[in-house]
Amino acid sequence: MLSRVANSVYWMCRYIERAENVARFISVNLNLLLDLPLEEGHHWEPLISITGDRARFEEKYDSSSQENVIRFLTFDREYPNSIISCLQAARENARSVREVISSEMWEQLNRFYIEVKEAESSGFAQNDPHKFFLMVKMRGHMFTGLLYSTMSHGEAWHFARMGMMIERADKISRILDVKYFMLLPTAEYVGAPYDNIQWAAVLKSVSAHDMYRKIFHRISPKQVADFLIFDSEFPRSIRHCIANALFSLHKITGTPLGTAGNRAEKILGRLQADLDYTDIDEVIGFGMHEYLDSLQGRLNQVGQEISATFFRHVPVEPAAATQQ
Amino acid sequence: MDFSAYQTEGFYDELFDEHGSPRPGARLLVKKIESLARESLLTKQQAAETMLLQLGITFAVYGNEEGSEKIFPFDVLPRIVDGSEWTRIEEGLKQRIFALNAFIEDIYNKRQILKDRIIPEDLVLSSKTYRKECIGFSPPHKIWCHVTGTDLIRDRDGVFYVLEDNLRCPSGVSYVLENRQVLKRTFPQVFEASRVRPVDDYPNRLLETLEHLAPQNVLSPRIGVLTPGIYNSAYFEHSFLARQMGVELVEGQDLVVHNGFVHMQTTKGLQRIDVLYRRLDDDFIDPLTFRPDSMLGVPGLMEVYKAGRIAMANAPGTGIADDKVIYAYVEKIIRYYTGEDAILPNVPTYICSDPKDQAYVLDNLDKLVVKAANESGGYGMLVGPHSTKEERGTFAALIRDNPRNYMAQPTIALSRAPTIVDGAIEGRHVDLRPYILYGRDIHVLPGGLTRVALRKGSLVVNSSQGGGSKDTWVVDGPL
Repeated sequence: MLSRVANSVYWMCRYIERAENVARFISVNLNLLLDLPLEEGHHWEPLISITGDRARFEEKYDSSSQENVIRFLTFDREYPNSIISCLQAARENARSVREVISSEMWEQLNRFYIEVKEAESSGFAQNDPHKFFLMVKMRGHMFTGLLYSTMSHGEAWHFARMGMMIERADKISRILDVKYFMLLPTAEYVGAPYDNIQWAAVLKSVSAHDMYRKIFHRISPKQVADFLIFDSEFPRSIRHCIANALFSLHKITGTPLGTAGNRAEKILGRLQADLDYTDIDEVIGFGMHEYLDSLQGRLNQVGQEISATFFRHVPVEPAAATQQ
Repeated sequence: MDFSAYQTEGFYDELFDEHGSPRPGARLLVKKIESLARESLLTKQQAAETMLLQLGITFAVYGNEEGSEKIFPFDVLPRIVDGSEWTRIEEGLKQRIFALNAFIEDIYNKRQILKDRIIPEDLVLSSKTYRKECIGFSPPHKIWCHVTGTDLIRDRDGVFYVLEDNLRCPSGVSYVLENRQVLKRTFPQVFEASRVRPVDDYPNRLLETLEHLAPQNVLSPRIGVLTPGIYNSAYFEHSFLARQMGVELVEGQDLVVHNGFVHMQTTKGLQRIDVLYRRLDDDFIDPLTFRPDSMLGVPGLMEVYKAGRIAMANAPGTGIADDKVIYAYVEKIIRYYTGEDAILPNVPTYICSDPKDQAYVLDNLDKLVVKAANESGGYGMLVGPHSTKEERGTFAALIRDNPRNYMAQPTIALSRAPTIVDGAIEGRHVDLRPYILYGRDIHVLPGGLTRVALRKGSLVVNSSQGGGSKDTWVVDGPL
């Protein structure tokens, strides 16, 4: 298929997943605030850290108040990773591949975008943020459902799912990273009074609470991290996402699983092997933050290799590069 | 719903003669409509619109960011052309396209017609659509205009005239095909009994026309439709034709010149492409040759094209033959290349660069239609009888300033066809755009796009200015 089409489908899904996960970050914080009233400001700062775009935030906003952070992450059109910007980008990508996706997907995405826009102008998002971010999450789920049930699972679909899975793995690692940092300054620290409630909120924010309980029953930070990184069956664990992304990648190239025909397959395959053969104790020994940080770096590399393998074949020549 | 209140008001009517009786080909249809209750006809109209919306035959509404889309207004009452009359139109169009193609080949090569002083040389060489880059070049099989959409109109006396030749990127054929799908289901019995000539093989024939262009040594050529992209108002048609032919729909950014060939960038690497049905104007196809600011084209495309390593339909340079001033010479062009008189007449035309014509035009602006040489879509045009004094003043200045760029024609009383307007049937002015393919031979799609000016009394049928469309039936009548 045309590289442009594959690229659009891939990014359409990455952007939707990104928008959904921004809503999840904010929603977990709102939940934590209900249980753990800390002094204003302190609690919202880490959300800016997750994004890696602190400098951008500080250019425009004087304090990391709840209002400012939510505005920045949700409705700031100048910030490319805000929910509204992500949805707009997803919609523009979808518009150029209408023949490839189902009309149900297009209509749902269009409605999603319009609803978020209206939620801003009507004040709904500001007045009832819990409900608003739940709506964003549900819309994200609905899009994923339509992707699975209304689009043929051919090459384009595998590009879509690969984008979604890589984005999801990245965002789960970021949620975990920031919560681990906030809630657990040292690796040995266990059993603070608020612990259970807070970690339950983290699990809920990634829709993992019920499934976690089936396996570990009691909530402990280490086991939450174990579940969200290594569980092989839960659809929002990093390992599960990577396995699916790798499967789709091999479906696209036709190279058998377990072998590698290009750089993207090598790097993603190695990442999966590491997840298959590492456990949580090793991660804690290595340092949770360091581990997740390196994981994010590797996911970035995967993204670059996918782009180089499928989306760009001829290096941009100097003559073309000088054009505006 | 009966036609008792229907008035032809002195215009030539496509379905009724001057005594108010249905024309021979239209009898079955008129009978059917008279047998329907008003509500059920209106229900059919509504059902047809819904069907078009579901088929996705929409155009984007500019300036509406919610992505809402509209259908091209469609009238459920078909326009009917009798088979015997059509045969003459078909012959006339074949003759005209053959001659225009020979003219283009001549202009870029021997220039015999200029040497023989049939057309003033400076008129041709000063045309904005003359492409000096094509001098000395001949496309495969010497065919330049593979796809043409010629605009025909009928005057008060019922004679068909050629109004315009569209030899660059004529659009609208997708509406012909989709309108037909809808109307077949709207009036199935009448359709069958009238023996309407089919249009459904157009995509196949277009594909054959394109395959015919492929370099000889390429066994199964890779073909693409080159579109300016999703923001172009004809994007639906580009994607529709690509799907119908089963070929790639590509944008300029998908193509790259590499090792002397044009390639598509695919997920499996570069793939060579052999034929492009390009729906971009010459100006935009290659920033290295034509407009350097074009973001839509492919840098280096023209060089590959001139080396014969990719074919394009239509060939760059065809615009010289649809310059609205050159138009005035087409009857002479036909006689020059075929030795025959034109079967389809031109509308009488005054050329503003001719001092005598110009004086007449300036004296009679209120009676004439004035057109710029290279505008389309109803822009750059003055309709004298409907113009204000101020508009006429503007055009008089434009003509004096650049006479080469203007021509004028008498206002034609376009024929009308019964059309559903606000729940009643009224006469509205129509034109007709048949589509002609030039491949192994010249093929005329039976019928074509009938465009209808939905505003009462309006003569402007363009979709951008309140026009709609009708299905066009070329009927051979009951057996």
